[in-house]
Amino acid sequence: MAKFEYAPAPESRAVVDLKPSYGLFINGEFTDSEGGSAFKSISPATEEVLAEVTEASPADVDRAVAAARRAFNGPWGRMSGADRGKYLFRIARILQERAREFAVLESLDNGKPIRESRDVDVPLAAAHFFYHAGWADKLEYAGLGAGARPHGVVGQVIPWNFPLLMLAWKIAPALATGNTVVIKPAETTPLSALLFAEVLQQADLPPGVVNIVTGAGTTGQAIVDHPDIDKLAFTGSTGVGKMIARSIAGTRKKATLELGGKAANIIFDDAPIDQAVEGIVNGIFFNQGHVCCAGSRLLVQESIADEVEKRLKRRLATLRVGDPLDKNTDVGAINSKAQLSRITELTDAGEAEGAERWDNGCPLPDKGFWFRPTVFTGVSQTHRIAQEEIFGPVLSVLTFRTPHEAVAKANNTPYGLSAGIWTEKGSRILWMADQLRAGVVWANTFNKFDPTSPFGGYKESGYGREGGKHGLAAYVTTGDTK
Amino acid sequence: MSPTAQRTSQRADERLDVRKTYKLYIGGKFPRSESGRSYEVTDSRGKFLANAAQGSRKDARDAVVAARGAFAGWAGATAYNRGQVLYRIAEVMEGRRAQFVAEVRASEGVTERRAEALVSAAIDRWVWYAGWSDKIAQVLGGLNPVAGPYFDISAPEPTGVVGILAPQRSSLLGLVSVIAPAIVSGNTTVVLTSELRPLPAITFSEALATSDVPGGVVNLITGRTAEVAPWIASHRDVNAIDLAGAAEAEGVVWGDLELAAADNLKRVVRPAGVGADAVEPDWTADPDLSRIQAFLETKTVWHPKGR
Repeated sequence: MAKFEYAPAPESRAVVDLKPSYGLFINGEFTDSEGGSAFKSISPATEEVLAEVTEASPADVDRAVAAARRAFNGPWGRMSGADRGKYLFRIARILQERAREFAVLESLDNGKPIRESRDVDVPLAAAHFFYHAGWADKLEYAGLGAGARPHGVVGQVIPWNFPLLMLAWKIAPALATGNTVVIKPAETTPLSALLFAEVLQQADLPPGVVNIVTGAGTTGQAIVDHPDIDKLAFTGSTGVGKMIARSIAGTRKKATLELGGKAANIIFDDAPIDQAVEGIVNGIFFNQGHVCCAGSRLLVQESIADEVEKRLKRRLATLRVGDPLDKNTDVGAINSKAQLSRITELTDAGEAEGAERWDNGCPLPDKGFWFRPTVFTGVSQTHRIAQEEIFGPVLSVLTFRTPHEAVAKANNTPYGLSAGIWTEKGSRILWMADQLRAGVVWANTFNKFDPTSPFGGYKESGYGREGGKHGLAAYVTTGDTK
Repeated sequence: MSPTAQRTSQRADERLDVRKTYKLYIGGKFPRSESGRSYEVTDSRGKFLANAAQGSRKDARDAVVAARGAFAGWAGATAYNRGQVLYRIAEVMEGRRAQFVAEVRASEGVTERRAEALVSAAIDRWVWYAGWSDKIAQVLGGLNPVAGPYFDISAPEPTGVVGILAPQRSSLLGLVSVIAPAIVSGNTTVVLTSELRPLPAITFSEALATSDVPGGVVNLITGRTAEVAPWIASHRDVNAIDLAGAAEAEGVVWGDLELAAADNLKRVVRPAGVGADAVEPDWTADPDLSRIQAFLETKTVWHPKGR
């Protein structure tokens, strides 16, 4: 029988109406920078310039913090929890209403497949606001301790891998608990945050409650160092997370850090192999592997290693890499040139250190930043590709013989964000989960997220949790002093 | 000019309104009572408002069948989905608030301003309970640190079909204050509305019917509380009963209903009050978790841990 080719199925860009340039969203309106410069946000799939955005100066950050402080001392601080909740419900509903627009914009600016932005990023972002809206007038039931109250002004710095979703994870709990926010989206993916500013305007959120400042490292540093910020929330690399921890040392600023990972996805010989293969693929090739909790180390029991490898490669050969806006695309573009270089450097090191490299050989577009789904076998624990976070579509395969050995290898990393276990034996899942030093453990599934479910890491994957009751705790204080 | 011609010309600029037929709400549909009966509903001054359906024992039984049929789907929906549906009820009520204000005013004889406040509180109550759907298990459930190699977790589940005697005085706020906590966790309900003030409840059922609430989750029966309540209290396929509306219901002794409910060990929410008395509470007070908890079962699951 003839092989049928996929016809292109591109999602229309018409739903997105981008302005040529954007200012900073401070005190409820877009304003020009004071002394800041401009930079361009490009589509990583085509290198086309999408819009020009502002690199906020320290003076801009100062204005944003002042606006947030005024809102905290003013209407937002005085508002009832029920009314705060109503604003959050409005935001959730507007995100649902404008879901397609956000999905297309996110795929344009980030490079992720429209299937994922449409089915994961945007609906989860709306769900996050919906969930936290309900908490706003129920905080006394959340077990936060007597006299729990908001910190005040919260500074938030978020990454480029899930731009809108990470914004939701940060803003929703902060507002539900009564804080005001200064947030900086990542420099390569600022556009969905700027569109979100329009959502806040449509919701009539009081000015200054959420301020959105775009920029790169310097802008982020200005937020971290600002003396009138009470709490910081950061998602990004472990390197930057450590810098933040050092910056606030000796101050009274609080912080939550959600950092890198090198998750083990552990396959036992009694696992349903086809399901496990799907879980492996989802674990590391979801969002081009730009996922802090990605299952980047496959630990497979020795007796089934050959079989798993064979079926995995067969499955990977069917992955479609290309246009993020095509509804048939499985793997989109690498988010930036810098990230592509990082992936290339680490995979070269993998080869040089003696691991065996395989990729699915799929064709790649001429323009933009791309990387084929890649698997390394014969990886040993000391290889850089087994130790360092690649943050790309690259899987390192290691083997084990006993559950104890699997645990030892899984925990042999400075990180501790997530882990996966594949076995038909329930008691083993629970035993393994107890042994693993990781903040999230998925059993016979992977990369599942829900606003009710706390997410965050052990060890150098950071501290604090986002989501659930535990996520609320990060945004309140019970101490006597601010 | 003849008298007839004069009347006609007077009415030419004043349109004759089309009046609503107030019916029951069972299984997502609006049937009349199978008994063919109705009763006269008046405003607080005794002026005729409408004829409401006078529900019967058989209507109540039909409603229980509808509620039981809807239970699996509603209880099985995700908490997030139920939360959004409850929030949708608030959205739809907000859009019809003028109608609710007029009906509450007519039914309860309160001022325009008071009626506005009561309707606002009724809408906000849905927002409050909507937010609970995916938090009940987090607040009321949890891991049990048993002394052994076991994973042991307790979580709430809805109890099933809940019979509700809606408050007699508070025709809308009281009504939603007893329905919302029952359905938020996944229960389905058979509700006897206020006997003398049933019209806001019927208009409310129209809001339910357009709010993505699956048919059968809320069933509303208007009629004589003393006639229908005993059949719900003694029905073997009803798992719980809220007796709030026993207060000030003519000919209703709540202790008798609780006695009947004991036959299949229904969970019973007694009316407020002391001893045999029953009083209607102030529904404008902030609710707590008690009405949600009244209609929950706790399920504990054990599972061994081991290599």
